[in-house]
Amino acid sequence: MIGLPHYLVVAAILFTIGVFGIFVNRKNIIVILMSIELILLAVNINLVAFSAYLHDVAGQIFAMFVLTVAAAEAAVGLAILVTFFRNRGDIAVDDASMMKG
Amino acid sequence: MQTLVTILVFAPIVAAAIAGLFGRRIGNVASQSVTTGALILACGLSWYTFSQWTWGHMEAFTVHLLPFIHIGDFQANWSIRIDALSATMLIVVTTVSALVHIYSWGYMAEDDSKPRFFAYLSLFTFAMLSLVTAADFMQLFFGWEGVGLASYLLIGFWFKKPSASAAAIKAFVVNRVGDFGFALGIMTTYWAFGTIQFAELFPQIAAHAGKTWEFAGHTFPLMDIACFLLFIGAMGKSAQFFLHTWLPDAMEGPTPVSALIHAATMVTAGVYMLCLLSPMFEYAPVAKNIVTVIGAVTALFAATVGLTQNDIKRVIAYSTCSQLGYMFFAAGVGAYQAAMFHLFTHAFFKALLFLGAGSVIHGMHHEQDMRRYGALAKLLPVTFIAMTIGTIAITGLGFPPLHLGFAGFYSKDTIIEAAFAAGGHNAIAMFAWVIGVLVAGLTSFYSWRLAFFTFNGKARWGHDDHHAHDDHAHDAHGAAHETHDEPLADDGHGDHGHGHDHKPHESPWVMLVPLIVLSIGAVAAGFVFVDYFVGHHQEEFWRGAIYNAPTNHVLHEAHEVADWVKWSPLVASLIGLIIAVYVYLLKGNERLGLKLAERKGPAYVFFYNKWFFDELYDATFVRFAKFLGDLFWKGGDQKIIDGLGPDGVSAVSYEVGKRTGKLQTGYLYHYAFVMLLGVAGLLTFALYAFR
Amino acid sequence: MALQAIAFYLLAFTTIAAGLLVVSARNPVHSVLFLITAFFSAAGLFVLLGAEFLAMLLIVVYVGAVAVLFLFVVMMLDVDFAELRQGFAQYLPFGGAVALFIAVEMVMVVAAVATNGAAAKNGLPNASPGGVPNTEAIGRVLYTDYVFFFQLAGLVLLVAMIGAIVLTLRHKPGVKRQDIGKQIARTPKTGMELVQIKPGEGISE
Repeated sequence: MIGLPHYLVVAAILFTIGVFGIFVNRKNIIVILMSIELILLAVNINLVAFSAYLHDVAGQIFAMFVLTVAAAEAAVGLAILVTFFRNRGDIAVDDASMMKG
Repeated sequence: MQTLVTILVFAPIVAAAIAGLFGRRIGNVASQSVTTGALILACGLSWYTFSQWTWGHMEAFTVHLLPFIHIGDFQANWSIRIDALSATMLIVVTTVSALVHIYSWGYMAEDDSKPRFFAYLSLFTFAMLSLVTAADFMQLFFGWEGVGLASYLLIGFWFKKPSASAAAIKAFVVNRVGDFGFALGIMTTYWAFGTIQFAELFPQIAAHAGKTWEFAGHTFPLMDIACFLLFIGAMGKSAQFFLHTWLPDAMEGPTPVSALIHAATMVTAGVYMLCLLSPMFEYAPVAKNIVTVIGAVTALFAATVGLTQNDIKRVIAYSTCSQLGYMFFAAGVGAYQAAMFHLFTHAFFKALLFLGAGSVIHGMHHEQDMRRYGALAKLLPVTFIAMTIGTIAITGLGFPPLHLGFAGFYSKDTIIEAAFAAGGHNAIAMFAWVIGVLVAGLTSFYSWRLAFFTFNGKARWGHDDHHAHDDHAHDAHGAAHETHDEPLADDGHGDHGHGHDHKPHESPWVMLVPLIVLSIGAVAAGFVFVDYFVGHHQEEFWRGAIYNAPTNHVLHEAHEVADWVKWSPLVASLIGLIIAVYVYLLKGNERLGLKLAERKGPAYVFFYNKWFFDELYDATFVRFAKFLGDLFWKGGDQKIIDGLGPDGVSAVSYEVGKRTGKLQTGYLYHYAFVMLLGVAGLLTFALYAFR
Repeated sequence: MALQAIAFYLLAFTTIAAGLLVVSARNPVHSVLFLITAFFSAAGLFVLLGAEFLAMLLIVVYVGAVAVLFLFVVMMLDVDFAELRQGFAQYLPFGGAVALFIAVEMVMVVAAVATNGAAAKNGLPNASPGGVPNTEAIGRVLYTDYVFFFQLAGLVLLVAMIGAIVLTLRHKPGVKRQDIGKQIARTPKTGMELVQIKPGEGISE
């Protein structure tokens, strides 16, 4: 019987993978951005699962907005990446500490 | 009459305000004229008042000007009280002040801040006048503080000189100590009698004389406490022993200031106060004894120190201190009239001596070290005659059988006789008498020393005499040094270069006229006024201004003492004169004085260093006060209050900000990691808080 | 039922495997492709739950726009990816530990929710309450209760678009472009010049 916990566990594991991805790929910013997308996807799964099992459509509405924001964020993030790449020549961000302190 | 005395008292302050506030606009001559004119007017009016009192049989009166403080039982008013005491002080203050104003035209001719100087002089005069015409303790205290302020301003007149500023502060602070006692005395009086108005206070005293105060198991007589505290104020103002340290340093001010304030008027405020409060003191035997002892000790102390000083002004300053001691112990033995009489004559000859010294200093181009004087008699003739008259006056030369002599003869001898007379039933008074005679001899010695050193002997200035240099270990420099430019070690003030280039010259007439006027006073004041102050007409003169207890007949007894007692001060003076002639004047003994000083025997060292009082006070009070001040300032204020408060908070927030700022490493993954940790924390919290 | 279970497990496994491969693939293009796979499987999960509108949305927006954008950027940037993978092994243990910790915590939360939460009592999933199709259900609330958020989301997208353009637009030199203001402001005086030309002659420059 597939119940709510199953979906939630899937979402949890996906979330963890996304976090792990950020942590491990600190040089490669594209992979970081993709890991963030994974995280957002996990959240969406969670929201929709709850929406279904609570019989409340608000969860799906919220998931839609998350989707919107994720798209916006991906766009802007990639724009920044492109500018970063234009200025520096590569996308290694582990030395990018100019905003420090 | 009332309007006249009001004009008299207020003319100086109006002039001071004009010169002080508008001096720069109206110019030097106008400021000087306004102030000098006002003082001459005041002087004329006060002589008129005095003559009305003495020969015109005027009644004592009080002019009520304004109420000052009226709170419940505590009533203080602004008023002008005219009686014998204040009439006497009026002429003393205004005469000397007017002459000093005139003198300053010449002495301060090259100074840049003449309006300020004259404004301060007039301000001082006003404060002194309000002091002597006070009808209650508040106005007396106001005048007291006012003269202290003026003294501070005038001592520190050349404020760019650090020693002058320091001296001004020293004078003010030491005075403050005295003023503290004075204020306590006023409070005690109010507490005991419920009033500070003299007119209400004095009648009550006889009835309440026996009041006592219980404290810590002991009973203290209240009158003695009040009078002792008030006397502490007098000690501060009149530079008596223990609170005398400011007077020599006060010589940093210009010489006219020394003449006015530290000879004739401000320092005599203490004596005046004592005589004014004679009704209180007559019922405070313990306080009177303290006054006598302190006065006598002061006289002795100052005379011994004055023997050794080399700065002409300091010698005269210590002389003042010593003569004040005389006045105090005269008051202490009950002869207030004699004290006032000596105050009166002393004002003349001490002002004369100071102004004469100023004339010498002016002529010697601001050289004040007597070791550089000598043979000035022919070059400064008028000054020489004036100073000689002053010296004769202070040493009290006269002829007892004919009752004829210079001013000091009458007043000083009366004091000494009174001390002897009171000594009959009071051992302390007898002690005072012994000191008085001894000090008369010392006074004579150092006064003539000053005169001979300055005017006689060989000239020790200019190119004539190289010997003066030898005395100060220049032998060590080798014989090759024959230059004149090595300064004498100690307290030589002013230009050393000038004394060699210009000859000393006599002062201008504007400075000599006051000297001449004061000389006349020094000669005649004693003779003319003796009967009114202490002689046959004294009862009519004082008319209740000075109170003598029923048991106090000391003045009367003073006239009845044995002849040898009457001769004793004169003999002592003559002995002093002879010794001075021997050491300083005799042909073969030119350098005897200097040689004696060179030996630096223990007595010389002790006296020269002012009995080490400055060092003693420095080691105890000054260091301690500075330590306390530093403690509270650096430790308390800076470290604790500032450190924990504004500075501390700002420093902490800066540090915390800096440390927190380090969290912003700039690395994305650090930020992500921190977010992650935050999520983990939230989860843990959610798990355990919401189960 | 069993079909549902098989479908679920298949899709779940795919999603998770794709996610893992996203973060560990060598070639970033492969990472993007695995991301697309993950999105597809997640869309499948949504369909299983009955939220088909959102599943389609996921595919159209996420896969169709965002993932393609990723792909564009990856292919546009000329980066040495081998060098970028250097720190991978170094951070693996620590990162793994933290990730595992978080995973465990979340599973614990899930367990608590599943047993005690409101959803535990409801039995079957129903993503479209009210008996209407899922799209209609969403439509019923989106333009009424949540219209402000809807408009706001539109604004967010507008801003993101402007931001992306502002960040990346470069004016290449030498590119001709129109300046409308100048064009309209042209007057006959400056824009035209009347020249008398004799027949047979050209215009001299």
